[in-house]
Amino acid sequence: MIIADQKPVAEIKGFIEGKKKVLIAGCGTCVTVCLAGGETEVKNVASALRIAFKNDGKDVEILEDTVERQCDDEFVEPLLARVKNEGFDAVVTLACGVGCNFLSTRIGPVQVFPGVNTSFLGSNEAQGDYLELCAGCGECILHLTGGICPMARCSKQIMNGPCGGTSDGKCEISQDIDCGWYLIVKRMQELDILGQYDEIQAARDWSKGTHGGPRRLTKETAAMAAEDDAAKES
Amino acid sequence: MAELLSGSNLERVLAAGKFAVTAELGPPMDCNGEVVREKAKILKGNADAFNITDNQTAVVRMSSIASAFIILQEGLEPVMQMTTRDRNRLAIQADILGACALGCKNCLCIAGDHQSFGGAGRLKGHPGAKNVYDIDTIQLISALKGMRDDGVQQGGDPIDKRPPLFIGCAWTPMGDPIEIRPTRLKKKVDAGADFIQTQGVYDVEAFKEQMKIVVDMGLHERTAILAGIIVPRNFGMLKYMNNFVSGVSVPKELMDRMKAAMKAGGDDKKQKRINQEEEAGKITVELIQQCREIPGIKGVHLQAIEWEKKIPEIVEKAGLLPRPTFD
Repeated sequence: MIIADQKPVAEIKGFIEGKKKVLIAGCGTCVTVCLAGGETEVKNVASALRIAFKNDGKDVEILEDTVERQCDDEFVEPLLARVKNEGFDAVVTLACGVGCNFLSTRIGPVQVFPGVNTSFLGSNEAQGDYLELCAGCGECILHLTGGICPMARCSKQIMNGPCGGTSDGKCEISQDIDCGWYLIVKRMQELDILGQYDEIQAARDWSKGTHGGPRRLTKETAAMAAEDDAAKES
Repeated sequence: MAELLSGSNLERVLAAGKFAVTAELGPPMDCNGEVVREKAKILKGNADAFNITDNQTAVVRMSSIASAFIILQEGLEPVMQMTTRDRNRLAIQADILGACALGCKNCLCIAGDHQSFGGAGRLKGHPGAKNVYDIDTIQLISALKGMRDDGVQQGGDPIDKRPPLFIGCAWTPMGDPIEIRPTRLKKKVDAGADFIQTQGVYDVEAFKEQMKIVVDMGLHERTAILAGIIVPRNFGMLKYMNNFVSGVSVPKELMDRMKAAMKAGGDDKKQKRINQEEEAGKITVELIQQCREIPGIKGVHLQAIEWEKKIPEIVEKAGLLPRPTFD
């Protein structure tokens, strides 16, 4: 899932100084699971902002709304309608950066502010503990590395690791960071596939990641099916 | 003698079957070329080639190419170090072509310390910098070999005048996980590494064991392995390396010797320093001699970090002078 971390309330408050009616918008998916932007966090942020503005002697109306997904028109449309109908002059979204972008390109002349820092793609290791496991690099090589990703888990994104910086299974940059390549080697040993390690991995085609410009994926069969459905309905 | 790949002095020394010596020269953190010239004058004649570090410990220093050119002017042969941290494949290849045009014949391919290091905590560095790592060390070796042997850039475009490079890389023999280290060395050799300079060796016994595996794999015949020796200037430095430098472990016996040298100075700070520096010389000479005995070792790579002036004395005492010369 997408892991995000809430911005400090003071920073969010700074975004909306001077506004009169602000909607705090949560998202029911990833950010709910990682405790950054679900219904509960929306409630907490809204109430912290209300108190802060009240202490300043300012009259700002702060309302709350959480939708299932802020990255999908189906769920976002009612939210957009509410913003228009109720006359909000700003939205703070606690969804990931996708949600903030998605709303901003659909909402018209109302500014949408980010209430979280979108961090990485990761796992729920324990309550409140999230670990980056995927770099979204566009070309999975996990079949070569025992299912553990050097793009996400090696500080140097080395494809032919480990570098000389491994110590007791930890990365040279911090004793709190596992060496991705240490994990890969141990996993390959466990699977008895370490022989595959001998092969030199060639330089990567980074254009499949963010270095190739913003990405878009179109699944033609799904798009055609949607067109067929639309035709039948009409 | 077989046809040379680069014709570098280092390559010729190794091809002639001589025990090779390389030494490190660290560029300054400013644009004072005189610092490089002075170090070059001190080091001249004491090694076969001189490594010019490339933003070592992720601290900005005079570029390795410019520094390499300065020592070439002083009549020394550079081993230009090239990290994959600071340049993408375009910049690396452009710099390699430029360096070769200026007369560089040796290049050492390394990953470089992560930018979070910032001078091992002593300097600010640039911990907020974006690292590149477009290609890794092994991929860089392949790219250089392709440029030299096949006359093609990494992307496939042809090269008319091929860069005559002696291609080197580092190896951390006792890095973790230790069982993968000989195999990783093999990958570097398969990629095209002509010579290897190892991480600093203090634990000679552990190094011997790794070298035995390497010799059994036949790698010592496919590449020239130079044992890395970091001159341990004082007890504090030995302790630091033992505790914080990955892949380096210092045997207790060496630590005790240096500690005793320090303590023998009593309260006299100057004497303490002199004692430790003398002991550093002795330890280094012993390490050189011990590594020289290890089957498969073709030379040593000496690093006296910001203490280059110690090198001539060490090389002399180790019986490594005069260095071979060729017509």
